Amino acid sequence: MTEAGKSGEIVRYSYATRVNHWIVAICFILLALSGLALFHPALFWLTQLFGGGPWTRILHPFVGIVWAIAFVLLAAKVWRDNFLNSTDRQWLGHIREVLDNRDDGLPVGKYNAGQKLLFWLIVLCLLGLVATGLCMWRAYFALPVDIVRIASMLHAAFATVLICAIVVHIYAAIWVKGSVRAMTRGTVSDGWAWKHHRLWFRDVTRGQQK
Amino acid sequence: MSLQSLDIIRRSATTTPSPQARGAHAGEVAKLIDVSKCIGCKACQVACMEWNDLRDEVGSCTGSYTNPPDLSSESWTLMRFAEYENPDSGNLEWLIRKDGCMHCADPGCLKACPSPGAIVQYANGIVDFHEENCIGCGYCITGCPFNVPRISKKDSKAYKCTLCSDRVAVGLEPACVKTCPTGAIVFGSKDDMKQHAAERIEDLKSRGFEHAGLYDPAGVGGTHVMYVLHHADKPELYSDLPANPTISAAVGVWKGIAKPLGLLAMAATAAFGFLHYLRRGPSEVDKADEEAARRELENTP
Repeated sequence: MTEAGKSGEIVRYSYATRVNHWIVAICFILLALSGLALFHPALFWLTQLFGGGPWTRILHPFVGIVWAIAFVLLAAKVWRDNFLNSTDRQWLGHIREVLDNRDDGLPVGKYNAGQKLLFWLIVLCLLGLVATGLCMWRAYFALPVDIVRIASMLHAAFATVLICAIVVHIYAAIWVKGSVRAMTRGTVSDGWAWKHHRLWFRDVTRGQQK
Repeated sequence: MSLQSLDIIRRSATTTPSPQARGAHAGEVAKLIDVSKCIGCKACQVACMEWNDLRDEVGSCTGSYTNPPDLSSESWTLMRFAEYENPDSGNLEWLIRKDGCMHCADPGCLKACPSPGAIVQYANGIVDFHEENCIGCGYCITGCPFNVPRISKKDSKAYKCTLCSDRVAVGLEPACVKTCPTGAIVFGSKDDMKQHAAERIEDLKSRGFEHAGLYDPAGVGGTHVMYVLHHADKPELYSDLPANPTISAAVGVWKGIAKPLGLLAMAATAAFGFLHYLRRGPSEVDKADEEAARRELENTP
């Protein structure tokens, strides 16, 4: 972290990263709504948000392309911080305490093991969704029908896993107070960093006089 | 196409019953195509073009009498010509099959379609596309075991043979049936057509076609377009007519169990979060944490 925050604050995400994140997030919401509209008849009414069925069918893959590119750019910034290491095993071993809000003093870097696993799960789903989605994109691709059939089934499966993963991601932001501002204002409080990401807190504050 | 027929027994992407006060009390209909009587004149193709006002692009010869080379959004039926050297008799057999929608009792296109009312099945068994509801996704193509629906390049809607549902609705036979000069295509109630087929098969057997039989595949619940084949044991001979057509297992999962299971998984994940919040509440940073952070910062060199 090179940008200095105000006293009592630590910079967690740069402006560029925040913009990048929200492009990914908005695209994801659009994709989930338009995808669910075509996934289950009970949700077909969601096509109205996109100007009707044909427009939903037309827009979904283009939004998907923007989402995929934006995610790759975001991932390029954060993937190094998401390698699993020995402290992550410790965190996972104490998952009950974490869920019970009793996770004092666990050594956590910039991301905890849950965030890291979620990151790699999203990467996996992204690859799966892009690959299968291209197979289904009849306007530009003509693949053998057997491949399109399997791609369609897998697209739904990857999307289901991804939507569940993002529900967890959003809930974690609601649950762990003080997190959302990292992606809106870009900063977290010293106490937040100390409590939830102590190794990262020490890493970024070492050598800084406050 | 969207005339109120009041006899719709199935409607794509719809979970409540469709208007079906009127039934098909004369029985389900069927078109029977007797391949052994077909002379390959293509009058059926022309009649289909005329009645439906379809004019496909004029293509070029691909070395076969099959012309146009494939079904398209403007060619809803097509004579497919196959040359078969029968190893038993040594004869060259010209196996000509009129291809087009089979009007399955269990239609894969309708199962796969995500748009309410874009595909319907009438009480008489006809499967019809209502293009005004079609969104152009092509899911019907993945559902079809016979490779029939085609997406138009002009309007991105899916098209296929309607079994002349408009003519049948007013008591006429389909245009291809009306025009067939040899009587190879006949139309009537499905029961009558099966009976007629049985007579034809008996005749063919007496003429040495011991494997003659009816093509009414059970894998799709039977079809409302049936064939009398001289080689019913080898339907693939007739330009790859599938021996056991079924809706693909992948489509079955995607359009079956995946739908409730997927939504359930999403709802369960959200419910887990909500209940967790009710039980444990937020994870908050309190004064002690900020204090501890400050102390540590002060002690950091």
